[in-house]
Formats: sequence, C-alpha cells, structure tokens
Amino acid sequence: MSAAMATADDRRRPFEAMVAWARRNGWVLGLLVLLGALLVFTKLINPNYGVNGIQGFAISVLPLAMAAVAQAICVIAGGIDLSIGSMMALTSVVAATQMKDQSEAFGVAVVVGVLILGLLLGVINGSVIVVTRVPDIVVTLAMSFVWGGAALVVLASPTSGSAKWLKDLVLGSVGIDLIPKAAILLLVIVAVVWIPLRRTRLGLSIYAIGSNQLAAFRSGVSVGRTKIAAYALTGLFAALGGLSLTASTGIGNPVPGPYTLLSVAAVVLGGVSLAGGRGGVFGPIVGVLILVLIQNDLAFLSLDPNLSLVTQGLILIGVVMFGSLIQWRQGRR
Amino acid sequence: MTVATRSAILGSAGGWRRVLREQPVIPLTAILLILVIAYALVRPGVVNADWAGVILRAAVPLAILAGCQTLAMLTGGIDLSVGAVASMAGFVVASLVNGPGLWVGLAVALTAALLAGLLTGVGVGIFRVHPLIMSLGVSFVVLGLANAWQIMMVQSSTGTVPEFRTIGSDRFAQIVPYSFVVFVPLAALILVGLKRTGYGRMLYAIGDNPVAARLSGARGWQVLIVLYVISALMAAVGGFILSGLTNVSSVTLADSLVLPSVAAAVIGGTSIFGGRGGYVGTILGALILTVLSALLTALGYPEAVRQILFGAIIVAVAAAYTRVTQES
Repeated sequence: MSAAMATADDRRRPFEAMVAWARRNGWVLGLLVLLGALLVFTKLINPNYGVNGIQGFAISVLPLAMAAVAQAICVIAGGIDLSIGSMMALTSVVAATQMKDQSEAFGVAVVVGVLILGLLLGVINGSVIVVTRVPDIVVTLAMSFVWGGAALVVLASPTSGSAKWLKDLVLGSVGIDLIPKAAILLLVIVAVVWIPLRRTRLGLSIYAIGSNQLAAFRSGVSVGRTKIAAYALTGLFAALGGLSLTASTGIGNPVPGPYTLLSVAAVVLGGVSLAGGRGGVFGPIVGVLILVLIQNDLAFLSLDPNLSLVTQGLILIGVVMFGSLIQWRQGRR
Repeated sequence: MTVATRSAILGSAGGWRRVLREQPVIPLTAILLILVIAYALVRPGVVNADWAGVILRAAVPLAILAGCQTLAMLTGGIDLSVGAVASMAGFVVASLVNGPGLWVGLAVALTAALLAGLLTGVGVGIFRVHPLIMSLGVSFVVLGLANAWQIMMVQSSTGTVPEFRTIGSDRFAQIVPYSFVVFVPLAALILVGLKRTGYGRMLYAIGDNPVAARLSGARGWQVLIVLYVISALMAAVGGFILSGLTNVSSVTLADSLVLPSVAAAVIGGTSIFGGRGGYVGTILGALILTVLSALLTALGYPEAVRQILFGAIIVAVAAAYTRVTQES
C-alpha cells in the first residue's frame, strides 16, 4: 500500500515539476506558440517560403537579437541602456575599417579587439552611472551621443570591409539546409556566455540588484561592481551585434540603426520586467523573432511598409497590454 | 525634524546645499551664464540682443517638448512619442492647407494628436503598461500612419504654412520671437497649473507615492490619461512652431528633439523617478542645451566631435547637479 503510494507520488512529481516549470516560463512558452503560429501563417501566405526564407530571416534577425540580449542583461540588473544602437555602430565601423584590405588572420585579431572594445564601452557606461549616481536612462542617453559621434570620427560614410571567414560564419547553413549558421551562432554565443554566467555568483548578483538594490546591498552584494559588470556584458553583446552587422552586410555604417528602441521593445515583449530582476535572455530573442517575422509577413502580403510599422507598434502595445492584464488578474486573485 | 532644525545641525554647508536643492534656478542660471560668457569669448562682439533673440527662438520648440517630458516625468513616466506626434502635426497641417484650409488642418492635426495621447494614456493609466514602452509603441503607430498619409497626399512643396513661418521665425523688433505669443501663455499655464491647481499637485503626488495618492482619493488612471492627452497636444503645438522655425514639414522633423527634450528636463532638475521638479528648471535646461549646441557650432568642430562633446557635457552637468543637490 505504502509502496504503491510512493510510486504514485514519484510519478506525479515530475509532472508537477513540469507544470511548475511551465507556469514559471508561461510567458516565453506563449511567445513560442505565437511564433509557431506565425511560421505556419508565413508558409500559408507564401508557399515558396523555405530554406532561403529561413536563412535570410535568421541573418536579418542576428544583429537585433544580439541587441535584445544586450538590453535584457542591463534591464535585468535594474538599468536600461539607450546607447546600444550607437555602440553597435561604433563597433561595426571599427571592425570594417580595421579589416579592410587586411589578411584573413588579422581579422581574428580585429574581432577579439572589437569585443574588448565593446566590454570597455560598457564598463565606461556602467562606471559613469555608478560614480555620478545620475539615473541610468540619462547617462546612457547622453553616452549614445558620445558613441555615435565616435563612430562618425572613425568613419564618415558607410564603407565595405569584412574578413571573408567572418561573413562565412554568418551566411549559409550547416548540414541539412534548414538550419542557418546565423541561428547556430546566436545559440552558441548565448549558451557560452549567458547560461554559465547565470549560475555564477555574478549572475545571481545581477538578478539581486535588479530585484531589490537595498536588499542586495545588505546581503553583501557589491552593487556598484555588479552594475558595472552588467553594463560590460551589455557592451559585449552590443559589440557582437555590431560585428554581426558588419558580417551580414559586409559594410560598416556609422549611422545607428533602429536597434536601441527595438531592443527595448523586444525585451519587454520577451517578458523581462522594466523594473528589473525578472526574466531571461531567451524571451527577448523570441520577441525579436516575432517582431521581424511579422514585418516579413506584412511584406509578403505586399502591404504598404508604413502600415507594417503601424502594425508592429499595435502588436507591441497589444501584447504588452495583454501581459499586464494577466499580471493584474493574478495580483487580484 | 523640521527643515530649519536640520539645516541648523548641518551648518552652513548644508544650508547652501539646501538652498540649491530647493532653488534649482540658481545653479542653472549660473551654468547658462557661464556658457553665454564662453560663447562671447569664442565669438567676440556677437552676443547682443539680436543673438539672444535667435537663441530664444531656437529654444522655444525644445522647451515645449521638454515641457511634455517634465509633466510625464513628474508622475514617474516619460513620453517618447512627442517627436512623432510633433512631426505628424506639422506635416498634417502643411498637407491640408492648400485644399481644405488652415483651420481644417489645425483641427485634424490636433484631433490626431489627441487620439495618440488618449491611446498612450489608456495604456499607461488603465492597462498599467510602462510609459516608456507604451509611448514608444504609439510613436511607431503615429510615424507609420503619418508616412502612409504622406504617400496618399502627394505634396507639391516641402515647405510649411506661411502662418507657421511667421510665428516660428519672425521676431518683434528683431529681438523677441513671435513664438512667445504661444509659448509665454503656455508656460504660464503649466507653471500655475503645477503649483496652484489640484490637478498639478496630483501629478506630483502620483509620482512621489502612487499608493498614498490612491489612498487619499486621487484617481490615478484619470490623471494619467489627461496627462498624456495634454502632452500630445503640447507636442503638436511644438511641432507647429518647429516646422515654422525650420520651414520644413516632414514626418521625422522632430525626431532629433526627443532625446534632447528628456535631457533638458533632467538637467532642469526634474527627477526621472517622479515627484520632484518643475517647469522653470526645464526652460533653463532647454536654454542651456540650445546655447551649448550654438557654442559647439561656433567653435567650428565637425559634427562628430560636436556630438561627442554634447553627450559628455550633458553627463557632466547632470553629475555636478546630482552631486550638489543630493541629500546624503
């Protein structure tokens, strides 16, 4: 009797654990369902959508996905970075100008250098915020002018220049044609940098200062240093975004794209609370996929591109309103 | 502990900090004067009444858009849709003036702005969406619709309405800009409204402590909806004046003013977390930014260096200001 109950208990546990996991990640799962539905819809309206479509999609998504991961990290730490677009522009032009007419091997050194540059830009952002105690949004807003100006100093107009291997890293596909390299690259980078980090002391501290700065301070977290580290990671991913811009287009463009504000949108869409301390980086990536796929679908429907901007805005508003409605109902229960 | 006893304990150093904290006008005026003197040193003989008129004229649209940010920031919000709404309003009037006429154009532009503000307000007030994200979404919608409108109404010229040009660019006696006819009453309304009306005090209350405000009977959602409608209407007026100043009507005209409008409000001492600040500081902040960018142009730096210095100086001013006025 008791043995039978024990087995029943054991059987129930994984199921309950699964339910609990699904509940915790409900928002991201919902987004994945929405993404699946969108993919089916895409196939329906454009039966030719296949390998090429998916590949082009993955490549066009890569820079924005990096920007979204960058934004997610500093938002989780309770900040916000409005200089991501400018940092991407700066790192992209530095990569393009340094790789121009150089050997392939030199390109490796350039990539490493650009990543370090990204870290450095992030450390500067973070240090200014911590030292001056001016709100994050104000500092990064002002720094977006600084980095954007620096990009213009490096390169006044778009110039081509990218090592061939860097382009090969992003373009094309692996094994069977359905899996684009860009998607693999994104997953590998996130898996190598973010997943181990989350389990470290630093990862936990980042969530802690985002969730409650005073409580984190009182439990012995060095708030200032953690914040600088979070912004350094944001800078690193912004540099990865800049590199993927250079790699996928083959040029460096000193004018910041729409990445800053879209990354904020993707982060919120991906279930990261702007108040900090909650969410992850996979939700924002799925958010980016949805935002870009909707844009593609509207193009397939040969809708006026301006109306697609309207639709993007409305979908952003709608999803976020829906989300806060759910939260509000949960709060009342 | 009352303020008087605390300042007595803190001594004279705490005393002047307190004065600065409660009178942000003093340090801001000092910064403005320093910048003007710097300009006079860079370009001897240029600083006169005529120059002051040009600076004031250029500062008016920024001061109006920064007013939108000030009101939103007092409640702990922010309004990133001011750029899209302002550009849209200026463009709509210019596109309608040759057909249906100026008044119809004004009515359509203001109605569109009102609807955009209503949408933001409903999202922030009722659905409790973060103002940053809500106003960003609305700005996409407004920009997209304005673009679609642009394609529908094939326009003959890119210029703007003569009436706007008069208000935006002309000056009384070559000194006082005509736009003061709009701006001075508007600023007076904001200043009196914030200090003397129940609505103004509720903006501060919601930003300072939303729970306390609700418990004392303020209907936060109504206050917020009205706030974002007012902000959008003000942005539209700012857009009219800006299109008159630049003689351009384009759907992205005011986009470059969005970030400076936030910066002006912040430099002016309005807290981005809500509950603290006012419009006098914001006006001075807008003037400071205008003189600063004129100074950087006068120094003859290329665009890139100007951008870098502009950003660095905003950080420096905000940092100095925070340091001086922070309670510690």
